[in-house]
Amino acid sequence: MDDTQLIARLRSGDEQAFADLVAANHAAMVRVARAFVPARGLAEEVVQETWVGMLRGLDRFEGRSSLKTWLYAILVNQARSIASRERRTVPFDHTDDARAEDPARFAPDGSWAQPPVPFTEEVEERLVAAPMLAHLTAALDELPPAQRVVVTLRDIEQLTSDEVCAMLQITPGNQRVLLHRGRAGLRRSIEALLEGED
Amino acid sequence: MPLLYADLACRDAVELATDYLEGALSWRQRRSYEHHLRGCPNCRAHFEQIRAMVAALGKVEPEALSPAAQEDLMDVFRRYRDAQGHDGAQEPPAG
Repeated sequence: MDDTQLIARLRSGDEQAFADLVAANHAAMVRVARAFVPARGLAEEVVQETWVGMLRGLDRFEGRSSLKTWLYAILVNQARSIASRERRTVPFDHTDDARAEDPARFAPDGSWAQPPVPFTEEVEERLVAAPMLAHLTAALDELPPAQRVVVTLRDIEQLTSDEVCAMLQITPGNQRVLLHRGRAGLRRSIEALLEGED
Repeated sequence: MPLLYADLACRDAVELATDYLEGALSWRQRRSYEHHLRGCPNCRAHFEQIRAMVAALGKVEPEALSPAAQEDLMDVFRRYRDAQGHDGAQEPPAG
């Protein structure tokens, strides 16, 4: 079902259309919200308010962006407003010069001292199966908030770089740094898991 | 020719994987990175592993909502519908 059909069904009061939309998006929205407000209850509140906001705006929605992009834009606004009510801010600029990989893994000449643990074919297969995916989402929740948001929006929700930059009001370069650090952090968590199995 | 690429160390190469995948490198950086990957199995493994993360994340299924949370949200939707004056699948209560 495309956005136009979905919106028509929502506007006509179709409960199943709303239930499906919620089932497909709610958990990822909570994950994004928790980056702004870590308390689970507050994050749920943000997402609940997002659904209310979406329904309120539905009749005015003109489809200039995808429904998902619009939904996340509402979410980020709600999350920012509740975060500021709680006097919290999430830094989305990386002013530090930290690197995606630990400098200690490299020799003084910049070559690998502790190279990546190889992913065998068996590991590659396990990566896309349920237990490893559960490990991956748990590791995602452990990432610094800004990285978690960007990885969730880009790699799980498959939004574009432009959409994410507009939503979070960050530059493309900043977005790529956060995305790369997040992905690298997840890579290390899988590496650590494999090392623990030896 | 190799001199052109000789300055890229593994420590710096591993920072480029996402920029490379996003098409954000200059022509020169891209060539330099690709050249490094061809000659360095460790950085190649690192790059493939980053790519494997992207592929795996694309397969993460939405987590199921608790029935209570689902019901709360359906209430939100019904209130929206009522406010819109839709009667949905069921007859609205009289009055």
